[in-house]
Amino acid sequence: MPKLLPTVPGATPPRPGTPAAEPKSKKDNAAEAATAALGWLDERTAISGTARWVMFRKVPKGTNWFYTLGTSTMFCFLSQTITGVFLAMFYDPSPNRAYESMRYINNDVFMGQFVHGMHRWGATMMVIFIFLHMGRTFFFGAYKYPRELNWVIGVILVLLTMIMALTGYLLPWDQRSYWATAVGVNVFANAPIAGPYLGDFLRAGPDFGATTLSRFYAIHMLLLPGLIGGLIAAHLYLVIKHGTTAPPWVKAEIDEDLRTKEV
Amino acid sequence: MTGLAHGGGGIAVGMIALPALGFALGPNFVKEEVRWEGVGTPEEFANDTYVSRTITITPGVGETGKTTVYLRARNADIDQEPLDEYNEFIAISTRCMHLGCPVRFVDASQRFICPCHGGVYDFQGKVQGGPPVRPLDRFYTRVTDGVVEVGPRFSVNSELDRFSPRDPAQDLDGIGQYLFPSRPTIRKLPGT
Repeated sequence: MPKLLPTVPGATPPRPGTPAAEPKSKKDNAAEAATAALGWLDERTAISGTARWVMFRKVPKGTNWFYTLGTSTMFCFLSQTITGVFLAMFYDPSPNRAYESMRYINNDVFMGQFVHGMHRWGATMMVIFIFLHMGRTFFFGAYKYPRELNWVIGVILVLLTMIMALTGYLLPWDQRSYWATAVGVNVFANAPIAGPYLGDFLRAGPDFGATTLSRFYAIHMLLLPGLIGGLIAAHLYLVIKHGTTAPPWVKAEIDEDLRTKEV
Repeated sequence: MTGLAHGGGGIAVGMIALPALGFALGPNFVKEEVRWEGVGTPEEFANDTYVSRTITITPGVGETGKTTVYLRARNADIDQEPLDEYNEFIAISTRCMHLGCPVRFVDASQRFICPCHGGVYDFQGKVQGGPPVRPLDRFYTRVTDGVVEVGPRFSVNSELDRFSPRDPAQDLDGIGQYLFPSRPTIRKLPGT
């Protein structure tokens, strides 16, 4: 059978058990149970091949801390998802109740202010990390052939993150978020021809009203997280498929033998 | 059979897409009713300074739907636009025409000043400095049974001609009024 996948580095094939083995220790039993469970799963899903393809990849020489910026962004997104779920349990997106429910979260819910703070600062960190990640990709030339499509997906993710930040900013429904979002929507409405319609679409009418808040909330917590999650999956697939690029200061090593002229 | 499957698929897609689109775009086509709100008797408003009043522009959302309006009586020395039934009192909107922050009237300088990006408007609401692109919006006013009433919003260009209401940052001079079309559902009052 042709060898399709690389073996795990350092792994040894399991030895066949001998019939008259000495009594097994608890540790051996536990290891055997875990192996059996994973084996059961692997036999039915063949997941180990995929897992190996994802986890054991070749990375170029010169890989450094700058290569962790994408993971940091994804970690921020996961943190936002989790804290967002907990905030959604208490938040009420109606214009008469939104501010009160935020006050309840901050003042009365156990750890509410902490979770709200995580979500708020996590949003800031996500925006910072995604731009640093974009800058890293640009300056390391990691957007070049054959990775252009991944760059395009990344740019869409940047835009979605910005829309996420815009829609989330309105939700506390205090003076700051109200006026900041009024300004933000009017920036959209400033585009010729399409602008007025775009502004009305965002506000769900000519002025901020009952539908505006619930609309921003639905976009923020239903529409965009799904889109971002799906695009992150595509982004990661392509990263794994292509592998990462070496930093620009690492020169390719040329085998001197290949330069020998044979006449 | 293939045609039937395609047709069925088309109907299924339409069943998802049409309500979603209608739900997303529907509010844009809702016709706003013209509402008039009493703000006081004519004696309360001088013609050389502004008095602020709070009116409701979006009903049903509590405090959020309210906005501040600056009011004064028409002053023939300043107001050159032709007198009609809707401008015996001048009602100036506090929505800045740069990006929609709330402006305030500063009595000492007799000007409207925006805190966000430094827009300055003169006594009539015309732009004097900063980034705003057109004079402050106004509201129709009328006097009914001895009560001054504030009605719907309208926008003005730099000549103070009336236009159907536009959002901030949308220029109305020159080709601006065509680049930023008004809503088909919300017009200025007929005959103005």
